[in-house]
Amino acid sequence: MNTMNLTLKIWRQPNTAAKGELKTYSISGINDHMSFLEMMDVLNENLQKKGEDPVVFDHDCREGICGACSLVINGRPHGPQQTTTCQLHMRSFKDGDTIYIEPWRAKAFPVIKDLMVNRSAFDRIQHAGGYVSVNTGSAQDANAIPIGKEIADEAFNSATCIGCGACVAACKNASAMLFVSAKISQLAMLPQGQAERNRRAEGMVAQMDQEGFGACTNTGACEAECPKQISISNIARMNREYLGAKLSSNAV
Amino acid sequence: MTLDSKIPSGQISEKWSNHKFGLKLVNPANKRKFDIIVVGSGLAGASAAASLAELGYNVKVFTFHDSPRRAHSIAAQGGINAAKNYQNDGDSTYRLFYDTVKGGDYRAREGNVYRLAQVSVDIIDQCVAQGVPFAREYGGLLSNRSFGGAQVSRTFYARGQTGQQLLLGAYSAMNRQIAAGKVKLYTRTEMLDLVVVDGKARGIITRNLITGAIESHAAHAVLLCTGGYGNVFYLSTNAMACNVTATWRAHKKGALFGNPCFTQIHPTCIPVSGDYQSKLTLMSESLRNDGRVWVPKAVGDNRLPTDIPEEERDYFLERKYPSFGNLVPRDVASRNAKSVCDEGRGVGATKLAVYLDFADAIRRDSEDVVRAKYGNLFDMYQQITGENPYKMPMRIYPAVHYTMGGLWVDFNLMTTVPGCYALGEANFSDHGANRLGASALMQGLADGYFVIPYTVGDYLAAIGQEKIGTDRPEFKEAEDAVRKRINGLLSMKGEKTVDELHRKLGLTMWDYCGMSRTEEGLKKAQGIIADIKKEFETNVKVLGANEEMNQSLEKALRLADFIELGALMVQDALDRNESCGGHFREEYQTPDGEALRDDENYAYVAAWEYKGDNQSEVLHKEALKFEYVKLTQRSYK
Repeated sequence: MNTMNLTLKIWRQPNTAAKGELKTYSISGINDHMSFLEMMDVLNENLQKKGEDPVVFDHDCREGICGACSLVINGRPHGPQQTTTCQLHMRSFKDGDTIYIEPWRAKAFPVIKDLMVNRSAFDRIQHAGGYVSVNTGSAQDANAIPIGKEIADEAFNSATCIGCGACVAACKNASAMLFVSAKISQLAMLPQGQAERNRRAEGMVAQMDQEGFGACTNTGACEAECPKQISISNIARMNREYLGAKLSSNAV
Repeated sequence: MTLDSKIPSGQISEKWSNHKFGLKLVNPANKRKFDIIVVGSGLAGASAAASLAELGYNVKVFTFHDSPRRAHSIAAQGGINAAKNYQNDGDSTYRLFYDTVKGGDYRAREGNVYRLAQVSVDIIDQCVAQGVPFAREYGGLLSNRSFGGAQVSRTFYARGQTGQQLLLGAYSAMNRQIAAGKVKLYTRTEMLDLVVVDGKARGIITRNLITGAIESHAAHAVLLCTGGYGNVFYLSTNAMACNVTATWRAHKKGALFGNPCFTQIHPTCIPVSGDYQSKLTLMSESLRNDGRVWVPKAVGDNRLPTDIPEEERDYFLERKYPSFGNLVPRDVASRNAKSVCDEGRGVGATKLAVYLDFADAIRRDSEDVVRAKYGNLFDMYQQITGENPYKMPMRIYPAVHYTMGGLWVDFNLMTTVPGCYALGEANFSDHGANRLGASALMQGLADGYFVIPYTVGDYLAAIGQEKIGTDRPEFKEAEDAVRKRINGLLSMKGEKTVDELHRKLGLTMWDYCGMSRTEEGLKKAQGIIADIKKEFETNVKVLGANEEMNQSLEKALRLADFIELGALMVQDALDRNESCGGHFREEYQTPDGEALRDDENYAYVAAWEYKGDNQSEVLHKEALKFEYVKLTQRSYK
C-alpha cells in the first residue's frame, strides 16, 4: 500500500447564478486502494473539521451503474480510465500529482453547485419517446416472440447506457447523440419497439435539439470516454432511423 | 391493537383471485378524481406509478435523485425469479412458493408468498413487452440460470445488470405517463414527514434539495417505495443515499415496523480494505453457479492460492452441504464464511475473506465462456482490487445487503396507518427471515405492477373523492416540525461530523447486531447506541444553511432516523430468543451450528409500535399460520 500527497484544483461555485472559480487544496496520506470518491470524502471530512464548506458532487451507488457520478478529472470525463469516477482508484495517480476536478461543461447541463450539474434534459428526452407503449397486464407470453441471440445481445449493448452524460462532457459540441442513439437503437432493434419506431426517432431527436445539445461531427470522443463502451455505430443507426422516419411519417 | 393481515381463507391457489374479486373498484371515469403520492422511483415506485397512471389516477412521484433512473434497484445484478418452467425442470408456482417460504426460514406469510409466485410469470411477460433485453438462447427464447436456495433454473437475467434493465423498463413506462401528463415528477426532493389527517395518510412534507424549500403535498393515498435500511450499518452494498427516513417517519406517525432485526448479509462481496471505506461492492450470487468457495485447510497458510494444492484446500460449502453445495442460501453461506475466518483460516491481508475460485470453470468451459457469463462482474472486481480474477481466485466476504424487515403491511400492502402503503423492500412482507437471490426484483415489481393497482382502489372507493387541502393545520404543524429539526441541526455547531457518528453506529450494529448476535452483545449495543444518540443530539457539526444544496444536512437528517432505528433493531433481536434465517443468536443453534428455530414461541411477525420519544416501543405479534408448508429444520445437505 502506498500513500501519496496531492494538490487538488477544484471548481467551486455556490449556485447556478454565481461565478465559479478553481480553488487549490492540499491533501496528504491518500492510500492507493481508495477510490477517487473516497479521496473526495477524506477532503470533505478535513474541510468540515476546519469549518469550511465541503465540496458538493453527485454520487450514489459507487459501483459504476447508477450514473450519478460526474467529474471531469484532468480534462477527461470520469478521469484517466474508461470507467465511472466511482470506479476510478487512486492507484491511477502518483505522489505529488496535481489533479484538476471540474463539473460536466455543457449549456444543457447547468451547474447546481460546485461539481454537481442538472442533467434533467436527459430525462426529458426519454419522456419524448424512449418507451414502448404497453400497459401493465396486456403483455403476451414472454416467449411468444423469439428474438435471435445476436439481436438480443446487440440491443442489450445499447441498453447498458447509464445516463451519466460523459458523452456530452467529452464532446466539443456538447452533443447528446450517443445517449439518445443508444435508446433509439435498443428499441429499434427489438420487435417490441417496431410499432412506434418512427415516432420515437422523431420525438427524441426533436427534444434533444430543443434542449440545446450540439450537433455531432464524428470525432468519436463520446465513444472513447463512455464508461459503458456504448458504440458510436448507434449514432449511425439513429441517423438512419431519423431519416427514415422523416421520409415516411407526419408525426411531430 | 389487533393486527389483521386480511389474508383470505380458502385454498391457497384461490386466495388472491378471490380477494381481488372482493375488492371494491373505482369507476374508470372517477379515477382521475383521485391523487396518489408515490415516494421513491425504484422498481416498486416506478412500476406502481406507471401502472396507476395507466389506470387513470393522478400520480405524483418524488425522488431525492436527479433522475428516477438512479434508484438503487439499478444495481441489482443477478436476476429475477419467475415460475415459468421454461426449462422443463420441474418448476411450478407451488415450488417457487415452497422454496421462498423455506428459504425465509418459515417466518413469512404463506398467502403473500403464494401470490408473489403467482404473479412472477406476468412480470417477465410485462418486462419483455417493454423491450427489456433479457439473455436469450440461439433459438431466440429466453435463457435461465440457477440461484441459491433452489434446484431449478428459474432466474431470468440480463448479463450481470438485470436490475438496471428492469428499472429502465419501469422508468420508461413511467416516462410514457409523464409525457401523457398523468405522472408529475419531483426530482431532488426528499420526503421528511408523513401527514396524517383524521387518522388517514393524506400527504407528505418534502424538502427541495436544491433550494431547501419545505413543501406540503396532499393526496388520497401515499405509497412508500423507499427501499431498505441497510445503511444503518454504514458499510453495506446499498447506495450512499439509501436511508430509512420515509418509513421511519411513517413509523413515528403510527405505522408499525415489522421484524426490524431481519437483515440479510450477502456472502459474496469484495472485502473491506481500510477505514476510509465508504461502501461495499457485491459480487452477484450467480457467480456461485461456477465459482467454488474455499479456504486453506490449515490455519495460517499464507501461500498464494494458486500454490495451494487441491488436497490442502477446504471447499467447505461443498463438504458440508453436498446437495446444494456452493448454492446454499445466503444466510447459510455467510455464516459459514464467518466461521472459517473465526477459525483463523481466512485469506488475504485482513484474514477476513474466503476464495471464490473459477479455475475449474475456466478449465471446463474456457475463459471465453466464463467471460460471456460474468464479464462485467470480473471487470468490476479487477477495477476495485487491481487483481485479475481469471488468474487468481476472487477474495470475498459477507456484507450487509438487504433488509427483510420493514413497515408492517396487510395483504393489500397497507400499513397500520390507513391510506399509507409500503411496497418493495420498504415493507416486511414476503421474505421472512432470509430472502432468496433474485427475489427482490420479483417482489418490487410484483407489488408495483400487479398488487397495488388492485388494492389501492378498494381503499379509495371507500374513502370517497373529497380532497383534503394542504391548508389543513396538520400540514402546517408537520412543516413546522421539519423546520425545527433542520434548525436544530444547523444551529448545534458541535464537534463531530455526521460521517464520524454514522461510522460509529455502523460498527456497533455490525459487531453486535450483524451476522451473529448474543444477548450480552445486544445489551452492550443498547448502551452504545444511547450514547451515540446523545452525542448526535448535542455535538454534531452540520455546516452551511438550509436554503442551499447541503449534502451534510441531508446526511444528518437521515442519520437521526438511523440511530433510532438501530435501537429498535437491537430491541427486536433481543426479543427474538431463537435463530432463524439471517437472525442468528449464538445461544440458539443446532449441534452442527445451524440456526435453531423455536416455532412454538416465535412463529410470529414482530410488529413494533412507536409510543413517543425516549419511550420503549410496544411489541405486537401477528401469529404465522402454516397450512401448506410443513415447518422443518431447513436442510440443504
